[in-house]
Parts: sequence; C-alpha cells; structure tokens
Amino acid sequence: MGKVKCECGHVNPNGTILCESCGRALTEKAKQEKLVDMRYEGSARRSQTYNKTIIDKVWNFFSSVKVGIWIIVLLLVAASFGTILPQEFYIPSNMPAETYYEDVYGVFGKIYYMIGFHDLYNSIWFSALIAALGVSLVIASLDRVIPLYRALKNQRVDRHETFMKKQRLFAEQEGVLQRGEMEKVRTELMKKRYKIREENGSLLAEKNRFSRWGPYVNHVGLIIFLFGALLRSVPGMYIDELLWIREGETLQVPGTDGAYYVKNNGFTLENYEEGEDPEVFDEAIDRVGTVAKNYQTDAVLYRDANNELPGADPELTEVQTESIQVNQPMKFDSFAVYQTSFRQDEMKAMHFALTNKETGEEFGGIVVDLFDQQESYDLGSGYKVELRGYYPDFDGFSESGEPTSKSPLPNNPAFLFNMITPETPDGEVSFAQIRNTMEPLGENEYKMAFKNLETRDVSALTIRKDLTLPILALGGIIFMIGVIQGAYWNHRRLWIREKEGHIYVAGHTNKNWHGLKREIHSVLNGTAIPEPEDRQKD
Amino acid sequence: MSDLAGVSSTLLYAAFLLYLVATFLFGGSIRQKGLRDGEGLNRWGRLGITVTIVGFAAQLGYFFTRWAAAGHAPVSNLFEFTTFFGMMIVGAFILIFFIYKTVVLGLFALPIAIIIIAYASMFPSEISPLIPALQSDWLHIHVTTAAAGQGILAISFIAGIIYLVKNIDQSVSTKKTKWLEAVMFFIVSVVAFILITSGFALADYKAEFEYVNKEDVAAQQEFTLPALVGPNEGTLLTEGKMEPLADMPAFINAKKLNTVLWSLAGGVILYGLIRLVTRKRVAALLQPLVQNVSSDLLDEISYRSVLIGFPVFTLGALIFAMIWAQIAWTRFWGWDPKEVWALITFLFYAAFLHLRLSKGWHGERSAWLAVIGFGIIMFNLVAVNLVIAGLHSYA
Repeated sequence: MGKVKCECGHVNPNGTILCESCGRALTEKAKQEKLVDMRYEGSARRSQTYNKTIIDKVWNFFSSVKVGIWIIVLLLVAASFGTILPQEFYIPSNMPAETYYEDVYGVFGKIYYMIGFHDLYNSIWFSALIAALGVSLVIASLDRVIPLYRALKNQRVDRHETFMKKQRLFAEQEGVLQRGEMEKVRTELMKKRYKIREENGSLLAEKNRFSRWGPYVNHVGLIIFLFGALLRSVPGMYIDELLWIREGETLQVPGTDGAYYVKNNGFTLENYEEGEDPEVFDEAIDRVGTVAKNYQTDAVLYRDANNELPGADPELTEVQTESIQVNQPMKFDSFAVYQTSFRQDEMKAMHFALTNKETGEEFGGIVVDLFDQQESYDLGSGYKVELRGYYPDFDGFSESGEPTSKSPLPNNPAFLFNMITPETPDGEVSFAQIRNTMEPLGENEYKMAFKNLETRDVSALTIRKDLTLPILALGGIIFMIGVIQGAYWNHRRLWIREKEGHIYVAGHTNKNWHGLKREIHSVLNGTAIPEPEDRQKD
Repeated sequence: MSDLAGVSSTLLYAAFLLYLVATFLFGGSIRQKGLRDGEGLNRWGRLGITVTIVGFAAQLGYFFTRWAAAGHAPVSNLFEFTTFFGMMIVGAFILIFFIYKTVVLGLFALPIAIIIIAYASMFPSEISPLIPALQSDWLHIHVTTAAAGQGILAISFIAGIIYLVKNIDQSVSTKKTKWLEAVMFFIVSVVAFILITSGFALADYKAEFEYVNKEDVAAQQEFTLPALVGPNEGTLLTEGKMEPLADMPAFINAKKLNTVLWSLAGGVILYGLIRLVTRKRVAALLQPLVQNVSSDLLDEISYRSVLIGFPVFTLGALIFAMIWAQIAWTRFWGWDPKEVWALITFLFYAAFLHLRLSKGWHGERSAWLAVIGFGIIMFNLVAVNLVIAGLHSYA
C-alpha cells in the first residue's frame, strides 16, 4: 500500500484527500475546490481508493451511501405494498388464502395473491433486501469510521492556512493576536466546555467529538438487532405455540417437552357495565354496546417430576398459580403464557331423564359427558340406558340411514340410546339431540327427555419463548444511544491562527451551523479577532 | 358526565381559541425580520408566544383533568390521540421557537395544530373505557412518546412548507407550484371536511342503510352525511333522505368513501373559491407573509426538527411499541399495518438524514422531503386507522 507524504512531513494513507495533520489538500481536485469537503475529514476511505478486484467492487457497492439510501427506499416502498390488503396471517383462518383474496377483493385480490404480496414480509426478496441493508450497514460503517478516527486523532492544532481558508466559516484580517484577548477567548471557550489545545501561538478549540461516532454506534446497534432477528431460526431459540384449554382441563404445556403442565381453573370474560363502572364511561358504553373489560384464565402451573423417566406417569407438583390476563402473561423459566383468545359456552355435558311418555313419570336422570361417555348408565331397579352411538357434530343421516358426524368437536351432539326398563327388557331405541328426540325403530313407550346442558369456556393460551429478546434489547439500546449521541450533540471546532501578520479564524461543525455561529459570536465579541463569516449563505 | 370531564372539555375549548388568537398575534408580528443578527422579538411576537404558552397550558389542563376523570391517559381513541398530536405540535413549536425565535413558524404551526384538533373533534369524543389490550402503563408511555416524536417531526414539515412558499417562484406555473398547490388543496380539503361534518352534525343528519357486508351477512350502517355512494346492495331505511348515486362493492366501506368524496368535493369548491376571488395561487397568497425570514434558517429548523424528533419517534413508535407488543400481543413485531407504517416513517426519515448528510440535499429538496415525511405521518394517522383495518383501529 502506498503512502502519501504531505509537505508538513506527516505520512498519510494512500487515498487521503486532506492531510490528517495539517489539512493541506493532497489531491488535485481538492486543491481546486473553493470550500473544502469536510465529510469524513477528507480521510482515505477504502472504497474511494481501490477498485480492482471483485472484493473491491462489492465493497465499493455496499459502502456507497447512495446504495444504502436506495435499499432503504426500496424497503419502505415494498413494506407499504404489504399493507394494501391484509396479510395472510390476518385473514380468517378458516378461509383458504387461494380463494379468500379473489372472493373478497376480486381481480385485484387475485393478482395480489398471485404475485405473493399476501405474504410479502416472509418472501425471499424482502428478506434479501433486509440482508442487503445489513451488509450495507457493516461495510459503509467500516469504510468510514476507521479513517475518520485516524483523521480526528492525528489533527494538528496549527492547520495550514489553505485548509482554514476553505472552511465554510472563515475570516482573515491583518493584525496580531493580543495575549490578553486570547486569555479572554480561552476562558469563554472553557466556559462553553471546549477542549483547548495550543501550539506555536495557534489555538484549536474542540468539543463533542464523540457525537461523530453516533452514526457508527447506532449502526452497530442495528446490526446487533438484525443479528438477533436472524437467531430466531436457530433451533431452541424461539417457541410459539397455541394451546386451547377447557375449563377444568390439565394439559401439557407445548414447547416444554412435557416438563410443565397447566390447568385451567376457569375463564372469565367481563364487560363494562353501566352503573357498576365509573359513570364517565356510560356514554361510550351506550354508543358502542358492549366493551370488554377483562379476559382472564385462572391457571395453575405444574412441573412433572417424572418427565425424565420414560414410561412413568406424570407426577405433578404445583409451581405457581396465576391469573393470566391480557397484558399480564404468566412467566416461568424463559417462557411466557399469554391470554390470546377464547370460545365461550362450549358444550360439556348433557342431562337427560328417562321418561315415560304417557305418564310423564321420570325414572332417573343421566349425565353424558361429551368428552368421556360411558357405555351404559345404570339407573337401578331394572332401569338402564345404553349408549349405542355418539355423534358429536351431527349433520344428518347417510344413505344407509346411519347418523353422521362431520367433526369430533361437540358442536351439535346427538345420541343413540337404548332404554331398558322392566316393561321393555329388550330395550327401545331413541335418537336424542338437544330439545329433540326421534324414534327411528318405531313407536316407544319411553323417551330420553333432554333436561339441560352443561357448558364451559375454552381459553386459548399462547406459549412463547424467545431467547433472542435480550440481543434485540441490546441492539435497541445501542441504537438509541448512537442516535441520541449523533443527533443531540454536534462536533464543533474553532481554529485561531496567526501567521506573518495575519489572523486566520475558521470554524466547523458537522451540523447546526446557527448554533456554532452564535457560540463563536459570543466568544469573539468585543475582541479584535475577526468573527468568521458564513460563506454558504443564501 | 362528571364535573372533571366538563372542566376538561372547557379547557380544550379554551386552548383551541387561544391558539386561534395566537395565530393572529403572530400574523401581526411578521414584519419582524427573521432573526438575522441579534434581533429580539417585537411586542406582537412576545404576545403571540405568551398566548401560545397559555393555550398549551390550558390543553395540558384538559389532558390531565381528562386523565383524572377517566382513570387512564386520554390517548386511547382517535379523538384523544389526534388531539394529543395537535398539542404535541404546539409543544414542539414552543421548543423550537425558544431555540430559533422565528415568529413566522407560529403563523403556520398553530393553524396546522388548530386544524388537527378540529379534525380530532369530528370523532366520538366521549370518555371510553379501556379494552383489555389497552390496560397497561405502556399505553401512555408508548403513545405519548410516539406522538411527541411526530409533533416534532411536524415542525420540520412546517419549516419546509414555509421554505417552499418563500422560495418557489410564483410568477410562472411550474411543476413545483402545482405540487405545492396540491399540498395546499389537501389542507383546504381537511378544512372542508371539518366544515361539512360539523354542518351536517348540527343539522342532525342521519340516514340508515341496510346492506350486505363483506362476509355476505346483512348489516346496517348509519350515514351522517348524505350518501353520494351507498353500501353494497344497500337500501335506504330512513325516509326523506338522499338516495345514493351508486352502490359500492362489499369490500369498500361506503360510509368512509362517502366522507372522502364529500371532503374532496368541499375542498374543490373551497379551493376554487379562493382561487376565483383572489386570482392567485394559495401559496402565492401566503408568500408575502414569509418574505422576511431567512431561507437558511428555515432549512436549519427543518433539519434540526428531524434531528430532535427522529430519536423520540424511534423510541416511542418503534422501541416502546415493540416492548408493549411483546407484552400485550405476545410478539414484539407482527407486521400490523400501523407497525409497518411506523417502520416506513422511520425508514423515510433515515433516508432523509442520509440524503442530507452525504448527498448534500439541502434547501428546497430537503423541504420537499420534510413535506413528504409529514404526508407519511398523516397517512399513518388517518388512512391506517380508518381505511386499512388492523389491530390499531380503535376509532
């Protein structure tokens, strides 16, 4: 690698535009310019210096801010397309996406589905864009931060007058610096927290250099964040399960490999009530109708002590009892259990009474648990009911006359009973549904009279483990620190130099020029040192 | 309604009027030159900012009394959020004003805030109880920070629009003048929307429709504006009201589209009237008001507002949002439309900052970007809540 030696004696890396030490222009182009380009202090960036190999070319492509901006713009435009119609994961889950978009949104919906916009954020090209952004963040930052660090570290107090003359804020005047005035300037600058260095009668006041690192710090934060997001696909880092659990049920917690069980001790849905809740809500409740107040599952968490033993029955010990509400997940280990959804009044059991049709006399009742039926129910003194068939989701009879069930869920339960009484020892067959009985094999003396229905609620719990969260949090915190560091402070410098009967004053800031101008004004006001003028004014 | 809630509404009304008064005071003060060197504020300017601060204090009063009355921070529905957003614009203006002392900023910032607060009051404004998903301290942490960020970013738009009004040559018709008029037309349309909606609300216009909704189920919908377009297979139930000129397909919310059509029509009439009467572009009408302020300063204010607002917005609308989403919705990110549009806003301002830092987009180009950025924020506030259905649609 070549080096560039400046007239001042400082040896700069190849490709340096402004001498790191004295600030002299080193390239022909920089010598021609009226105002010097102070971005990255005119330091030697790899991307501006080498362009031979493939690596150079890739590096140069991704180090370009222009390319970075294009990636950002493409990402934001692409992201907006995904909001035109609801994404696949937000459409009703019982509707297939293939037909949903066309059915609801017509031709436009069909096209939207066909080009894959219904699942845009999981598409390969969208992921590729995010990946490109990550690569750009790394390369563009490295390309700049190292040379910038060198340049700021090596900067000399007495900059060459050609450097000062080409600053945006500059003044030149014949004269000499008075010791007393310089003393005053120095104290004023100190009061404003400038760091002051002096050499050979020249002065460099500088503050908030750390704000120059802000952009790189926030880029590091973003890279960590993207890395964390990437980690989700590593096995074991992320678990997302949904558990439908009925009141009274105890079920294994999915994702815990059988180590934990959860019991649903009851689901509660509360609505706001006029009169009960603060009066100020009445008007709103009146207008909207019902407003939900609370969804809650009273849960007990158990650990299975026998989990490690193959074949052993679970031995459950209680770990914790908690009311899981929206916004208040139950936490254990690295898991969180959330109240996600519910279904109210699922049928649990049905009560029937064996009844003499003529007299109306009842000979005992039976309770059929829809989830755990018995083959027969003995009522004593010769009365017995046999359950011949159970159709949890009855939807009619087949051609051969058999009752059919369209699903195993008890949505519309129906039963085929055989009623045995002392009078009818061979039994009579009755087909019973809620509020309806049929006699498929001829006239009966008895019937199974429907008495009532037991229901219970089903709660949906989301079980979530996300070990990437600490990494994402770290990335987020570093990002915020970097953004604040770069945005709320600015790197200000003021050079004052006397040479051959001339006083040169120059100022530079990376942003907020008005602030710098005001500050310089208050420092130099009342001295013979000329106040630098803005040469980039409208 | 409790006494506290009554006090609260009165305070909001007072704030609204005070902002109006402050606008005129700032109008009176603009002969002051825009802070060239060491110039102080004139009497009108001092009065203007004082009244603004009193108005802001009144609105803070509204905010906290309503908080006390409801038991939760009043940022839980579209009325409350939009009102708060208006307040944050005023707050951000006060902050920036004390850095740059530019009165002309007030002349534009306050009317924008007034329009936004008036727009807010078009939505149901009763105190509503919180649904389970909203019952969290993160409600006020997330929403207020996000709104504060947006308020500060809005100042960037205001400085940008002043820059454009000042610097775009109005002696000839160009693409730039047309685009600037498009922005003006949009603002006029919002005013038209407010006037039309309040007008028909005063007249108590109600027309009930029965129609077939997206799920092929019969439903009812009440129109509060005469229906230019009606719902899918709709039949008018209320007698003596206007029959729609056309029915919409089921996936379009005819009521909302109808409101948009009314607003645009009102905007065309109002804007057309202004043009007819004055024979000038709206931006040309405003141009004399902004002659004294330095373009360089406007550019700096616009940029500075983005610098101040961007971290606040990121913190509120993305980071706090993600933390709360993880708690309430089980995941920190779910590509909900509001989330996506917050990300788009973030990306847009990130691009803005990179363009400024590295590509040297200053002055006019930067001002246009500031206008677009505010367009995105408003889109996220209005369209995403009302048009695109999602988890954030609380209105």
